Amino acid sequence: MANTSILVVGGGFSGLTAALEAAEVGHEVFIVEKNPFLGGRVAQLNKYFPKLCPPSCGLEIQFQRVKNNPMVKVLTMAEVTEISGTPGNYEVKVALKPRCVKPGAADLSADAAALSKDVPSEFELGMGSRKALYLDMPFAFPHRYVLDKENLTEAETKTLARNGAIDLSETEKTLTLNVGSIVYATGWKPYDVTKLTNLGAGMVPNVVSNMQFERLTSPGGPTSGKIVRPTDGATPKRIAFVQCAGSRDENHLNFCSYICCMASLKQAAYIREQLPDASVTIYYIDLRTPGRYDNFKKRIMADEKVRAVKGKVAKIEAAGPGVKVTVEDAVTGLKGEDLFDLVVLATGMQPSLAGQKLPRGLEVDEDGFLVGGEDKGIFAAGCAKLPLDVMKSAQSATGAALKAIQTVKGR
Amino acid sequence: MPEKIGVYIDESCLGPVLQAGALAEFVKGRFGKEVSVVRSHPRLNTPDGQKLIQADIDAGDVDAVCICSTSPRYDSDIFTFTGNVLVDRVNFREFIAKGYKNPDGSVLKTGDALPEELKLMAEDYLKMGILKLTKMDHPAPEIPDGTKTILVLGGGWTGLNAALSAATAGFDVVLVEKDAQLGGKALNLYKSFPLSAPWTDTEDTGIEKLVQAVQANAKITVKLGKTLEKLDGAPGMYIATIGGEDVAVGSVVLATGWDPISTKYLEPLGYGKIKNVVTSAEFEKLAKQGLGAKRVAFIADVAVCVEAGLKEEAAKAEAELAAAEAAKDAPKEEGEEKVFVFKDLESCKHLCYSSELNSLAALKQAGYVADAGGMGLIFYDHMMVPGINERYYKAAQDKPGVMLTKGTISGIREEGGGLVLLAQDTLLGESIEVAVDMVVLPTGIVPTTAHGPVMNFTYRQGPAFPELELFNGFADSNYICFPYETRRTGVYAAGCVRQPMTMATARDDAQGAVLKAIQCISSLNRGMAVHPRSGDKSYPKFNFVRCTQCKRCTEECPFGALDDDPKGTPMPNPTRCRRCGTCMGACPERVISFDNYNVDMIGTMVKCIEVPPKIDQGGPRAIILACENDAYPALDMAAMRGTRWSPYVRIIPVRCLGSVNTIWIADAMSKGTDGVLLLGCKYGEDYQCHFVKGSELCNRRMVNVADSLKRLGVEPERVVQQQVAIDDYAEAPRIIDEFMDYILKLGPNPFKGY
Repeated sequence: MANTSILVVGGGFSGLTAALEAAEVGHEVFIVEKNPFLGGRVAQLNKYFPKLCPPSCGLEIQFQRVKNNPMVKVLTMAEVTEISGTPGNYEVKVALKPRCVKPGAADLSADAAALSKDVPSEFELGMGSRKALYLDMPFAFPHRYVLDKENLTEAETKTLARNGAIDLSETEKTLTLNVGSIVYATGWKPYDVTKLTNLGAGMVPNVVSNMQFERLTSPGGPTSGKIVRPTDGATPKRIAFVQCAGSRDENHLNFCSYICCMASLKQAAYIREQLPDASVTIYYIDLRTPGRYDNFKKRIMADEKVRAVKGKVAKIEAAGPGVKVTVEDAVTGLKGEDLFDLVVLATGMQPSLAGQKLPRGLEVDEDGFLVGGEDKGIFAAGCAKLPLDVMKSAQSATGAALKAIQTVKGR
Repeated sequence: MPEKIGVYIDESCLGPVLQAGALAEFVKGRFGKEVSVVRSHPRLNTPDGQKLIQADIDAGDVDAVCICSTSPRYDSDIFTFTGNVLVDRVNFREFIAKGYKNPDGSVLKTGDALPEELKLMAEDYLKMGILKLTKMDHPAPEIPDGTKTILVLGGGWTGLNAALSAATAGFDVVLVEKDAQLGGKALNLYKSFPLSAPWTDTEDTGIEKLVQAVQANAKITVKLGKTLEKLDGAPGMYIATIGGEDVAVGSVVLATGWDPISTKYLEPLGYGKIKNVVTSAEFEKLAKQGLGAKRVAFIADVAVCVEAGLKEEAAKAEAELAAAEAAKDAPKEEGEEKVFVFKDLESCKHLCYSSELNSLAALKQAGYVADAGGMGLIFYDHMMVPGINERYYKAAQDKPGVMLTKGTISGIREEGGGLVLLAQDTLLGESIEVAVDMVVLPTGIVPTTAHGPVMNFTYRQGPAFPELELFNGFADSNYICFPYETRRTGVYAAGCVRQPMTMATARDDAQGAVLKAIQCISSLNRGMAVHPRSGDKSYPKFNFVRCTQCKRCTEECPFGALDDDPKGTPMPNPTRCRRCGTCMGACPERVISFDNYNVDMIGTMVKCIEVPPKIDQGGPRAIILACENDAYPALDMAAMRGTRWSPYVRIIPVRCLGSVNTIWIADAMSKGTDGVLLLGCKYGEDYQCHFVKGSELCNRRMVNVADSLKRLGVEPERVVQQQVAIDDYAEAPRIIDEFMDYILKLGPNPFKGY
């Protein structure tokens, strides 16, 4: 008997979409997410372009759909280690890391606050810290704390051992899933800024990545959404965006990351809303605002304090508390310098699978995007396949869900 | 209706002062008849807590469960029981333990005495939770025997892909194409830009093979030379009239594609006046036949055309406005029915929206010229090749024979049998003149839905999708997260009728829309709602005896679910319904209800709230009707982040502000409640309401609320609607506190104490 269950690898927006769309047709779906919480990249965003609406709104709908549908099974802190079998009959090995917190949305905020160690938060991308017992964000789903035992003192371990909501004995486990088809929705990671030597390699103070800027502006972020200069908390007056930080560059990402132009325009809108005196300069090669996003571009560019300069940024260096940006203006051809209080690098998206050891049967191109596999009943969705925005990822994931269903149907 | 309610109190969710024992005593004393079991437990959201409740269910002691614990947004996996029980939740942790602060703003700590305000608050929430269950029933869904055939409109690239995808998934398909042959615009294409990895090469479209595959598929019935004349009925039971013939279909994939923008918009670039100035579509046909031209300019910059177009459109809009003003004073006939008028939405802006396809087409067509040994010169403003197609752009740049110039075009003139292009080279900052044999102009993708209703619904609200001007005529979704949601359940758009998109994207898009169409059929055949309340089995029931045919419900339904008979009595279509309850909110006679959500239920909750007879003895009271989708989670999170709000408010979640019936407000006011705060989603152009119109309609109904309150002798200012987004967790408690300050300034409700 062939298996009609579907495995979705990745619990970000694409994975959630693929899983739910398939489950709501009646298929059993497993979501395997490597992080402790679902939501992926969009959970880190402050707002979506072009509506400037909060991503948590759509995530809330998705999480409700997960909660209300017994056909969706969520595995967090989980990674696929091995795939064997054939379309319609796959056996998948999944490694599960211990969460050390029992099921149930227990409020462990007081227990967490009592812990001594502040650990840099992966979720805040170095902009903030967390405790050893934590939720990523107010919305975290599953709404269940996670404990990283390594960052506890001995005394704290003893105290927590007595807490009924905590299970220190939990260990790593392996699970075998039997599924008929597989959707890979492993998404993307921000390109590593340390590789961008001319742009400061992540060493120049007050130069942040666009994803870090999302955290900086998010109401749940380290500053509760207040836009400040990271080093001294000052209110920035002059802010620059450097487009194509890694993208469209053979030495880094040999493609355009699709979202960065719209993201910078969106972030310019955050700044202009919050800081009426601040000015924004966007250095770009082409402003890529396809389709009806043109309306958004025109709206943002109508603001006289938002300026777009066609030019390649040649160098970024510290200048006192500020940042000096050297630009080759493509229009005038002149090399110029300008000083800013804060610089945002529009870092590109690198597929999460780039440079990863992959289960047998998966194939990626030189940039790390999944290719092929469709004949095997393994389908890529969202940014694992192509650089896309959220709307197009949802579209891609819905299409991938249909292909997964076609694979398991009528076998 | 439940007769044996079990109340379960979670001791871990009570905060430092409340005692489970005292709460249990209160419940027993007040609800001796309705409540059969009251228990408390140290932590209910554990296997042990779950077992405690399940044991009572198994013993037949309870038929409904009221869980006083965490927010209902959490732990639903744990609070799932076997047996036919109703389950509802009282949000003790977030709204009481964590949301409560003393009237002076101080926070309770262990050992403090129980303040009267907190006692009353906890009792009010308990009462509301129990009474809510007494007004609740298991939804008994109507399960239609729906047809599973999928109607695909449009036999072009997207429609063909959709038809084939649906057939492969096992569904029967009716494919309707207005032309005499399948294939659509793709038939005229010489080649396509990349359709697959490595995304560097021009490819054959493969359209002939696709057409053959569709024709050979036994599950697909093709209807050529026909359009959808009428779509009658509802998902699962549509009757589509196609070429005079009635066909039963379950759901629809709309893939009617696009029309090229009127060439009048291209006149500023010489189209129609200068020989050898052609559109990209015309050039594609030439390319298919074999190229003659040696030097061809491709223009991807549309600034000149848009500037001229905008001027013309502004003048036209002004004239229309003046005409409308003049018509306003003309006498209207009594009882005149509104006649549907379709407003054409084609605009020069469609040129701008097509930038990606124009850039890619220029790269592709310049490649044709280069491959034929000529020179293809591309003039662009922004090379709009986002994403993976950057690779295609790079490959084109490396092609000898393709030249790219960033510049704006100022004009074209004929000279010596050829053409001279006048451009401003943006990079070099100088005017240039380029001699070419031919100039190829961009096109504008104008969705077919901008030119006509297309769907021809027989719905009361009209034959077309409503408010497509928000999307510039595209049959698109206003959700970013849910791209296939239209305002008409059961109809899912794909391809260029939804958004301008490449053929590679349209192919995926067709599959996505097909899945939604399948899902719609699958859900309705299980008696379930589709997005955003997917899985909901409740649906609105009408007590027609009391209906006065006022038509408000039929007019206000955001999804056009309700038709009406000639007398004006609403005719529900449960499979079109999204269960938002807007009809229930609209009905002045209160004849519409859901089994698990109704006017009586919320009204009873509102009325059970204890209102102290005097403001200075026990404080004011206000009711917050909070949208359960966004405002409610925002308050949950505010509480978990340590923000608290006035102890004088009671929060009642509603499905959508659109479902708020004004009687609830009147009930509250006549009981002496000092204020009602409605917390809902943003409305307007970039609305965030999950049900599109709910919060906007609620705001519009405020006029009626004001009238009825005035009749009661209550100041209408006591009712305020505020927009709260889900991430406004910092603002939401502040909005509540400011509202209470405002209410205190207004003073007590004149009805207080009666």
